[in-house]
Amino acid sequence: MISQLTVFLQNEKGNLSRLVRQIADNGTNMHAMFLSDTQDFGIARIFCDEPDAVAAMLNESGFRASVTQVNAVYVPNKPGGLANLLEFCDRADLNIEYGYCFKAGDEEAIDVFKINGENIDSALEDAGFRIARPEEIYAL
Amino acid sequence: MYYQPEIETMDREELAALQLERMRWSVRHAYDNIDFFKKSFDEAGVSPDDLASLEDLSQFPFVVKQDMRDAYPYDLFAVPMKDVARIHASSGTTGQATVVGHTKSDLKHWGDCFARGIAMVGGTDESTIQVSYGYGLFTGGLGGHAGGEAMGCTVIPASSGNTKRQVQFLADCDTDILACTPSYALFIADTAIEMGYDPAKDFKISGVICGAEPASENMRQEIADKLGVQYCDVYGLSEIMGPGVAMECIERGGLHIAEDQFYCEIIDPETGELLPDGEWGELVITTLTRECSPLIRYRTRDVTRINAEMCACGRTHRKIDRLRGRTDDMMIIRGVNVFPSQIEQVITNFPEIATQYQIILTSKGPLDAMELQVETEPDFPIDEVRKLEDLKTRLQAELKGNLQIAVDVKIVEPKTIERSVGKAKRVIDKRGASE
Repeated sequence: MISQLTVFLQNEKGNLSRLVRQIADNGTNMHAMFLSDTQDFGIARIFCDEPDAVAAMLNESGFRASVTQVNAVYVPNKPGGLANLLEFCDRADLNIEYGYCFKAGDEEAIDVFKINGENIDSALEDAGFRIARPEEIYAL
Repeated sequence: MYYQPEIETMDREELAALQLERMRWSVRHAYDNIDFFKKSFDEAGVSPDDLASLEDLSQFPFVVKQDMRDAYPYDLFAVPMKDVARIHASSGTTGQATVVGHTKSDLKHWGDCFARGIAMVGGTDESTIQVSYGYGLFTGGLGGHAGGEAMGCTVIPASSGNTKRQVQFLADCDTDILACTPSYALFIADTAIEMGYDPAKDFKISGVICGAEPASENMRQEIADKLGVQYCDVYGLSEIMGPGVAMECIERGGLHIAEDQFYCEIIDPETGELLPDGEWGELVITTLTRECSPLIRYRTRDVTRINAEMCACGRTHRKIDRLRGRTDDMMIIRGVNVFPSQIEQVITNFPEIATQYQIILTSKGPLDAMELQVETEPDFPIDEVRKLEDLKTRLQAELKGNLQIAVDVKIVEPKTIERSVGKAKRVIDKRGASE
């Protein structure tokens, strides 16, 4: 499982830059960020070094931050890489809350999912998928 | 346990006789010594001699806040300045400040009124009371202080602010009773919890005396639970005296009016007509003993009702119900009357939502719009948009059901809503403001 930093943001001008400046001033390096938004608020989902410490720092500074456990899986960077993974999830009855993907080198991509349920990493591993480890993504 | 049993449990008939005697003195005192009352009674064709019964007071004209503003600073004083021991003033946030004077005797009565409430939460001359109302022109601090001294308590004049130090006093000085605004009591409790204490277990405190701003039943329960205390609601207003006009005993269900000091009526705020006991309306108070600033039929703008049922605590003084709001706090939104206390009541039924909130009123074309800003509790799963949306939808539906108007709920980041040290500013009315 990967610890993802989640930050609740009001949908207002300047809020996102205020957040990333705060993280930068903390000397923290971010490795990936994905935004989802609704009419009123947005949620920033971030891979960064030392996510637990950063969440505590942000809460201290008046943000609403938490750490969420997500599953990250390597798939080959070619057509069908993601489809194979999702078809497996379908068959295994794994319900995906949200997800996003990014390229990792030339050969591979990392697919990230929030899946409700337990022992998902081992189910994926048993099915032959390679699970990304936290230390491969960020400094612990 | 009573502070002045002979007065607090006085036979009703005896009490009425005392009230009438004092009312005749007070009305005469105001008429003879204050030009405003002489003019106002003369114009209404009434005389202090007309008071044959308590009910006759309803023929007398009202005095309102604006009259006090117009009299700034000393035109409503009935004694020479050499007899004025202290003045207090309202904040003046809604206009010209109003000044109220107190003689030595007025201050003594004030201390006695507040001390009755200290006894209601089990306080004695052995108790330690921490007064965390602001000290100064505001009547909260010095009013609570006078009550503590009248009772013979050890008084900690902490005043408001420096919340971590407040917690330290609670922890180290064995405070029995805390007196402050309800929002500040909650803030102190939360700060203590953040500092790693369990106030209900770790602190000796057994009672809080909270007033000066509205608090819902749920908010009071939250304070009582977090601090592990009996909650005493105190009513008062600087124009009449300050905190102690009415206070709540352990039986709850309303606040005992200090009826030997004040005569209360309930009127229809629109027509000024007297309403019977049990009906909601505007509280009108006549002071019975005040020497410096007597007020005859002062319109408080506070909305409540009188409960005349005998109380199990043994006190014979009638009660006023928990305030529903102020006639001028009342928001009229698309023609519907709404009090902030009603909104607070709904919010406190949602454990996922923090107690701090703010209401923003705006105009959308010809229509009023109400936005309610709330924060989630720190352990709410913010990662799940669906849960956030669901919370918002449920709160909106609940508000609609309770208030009969649509409210736009906005979940905001923490610290967006200003934390309260004194009186919380809950409503921001931007209607009519140019965009």
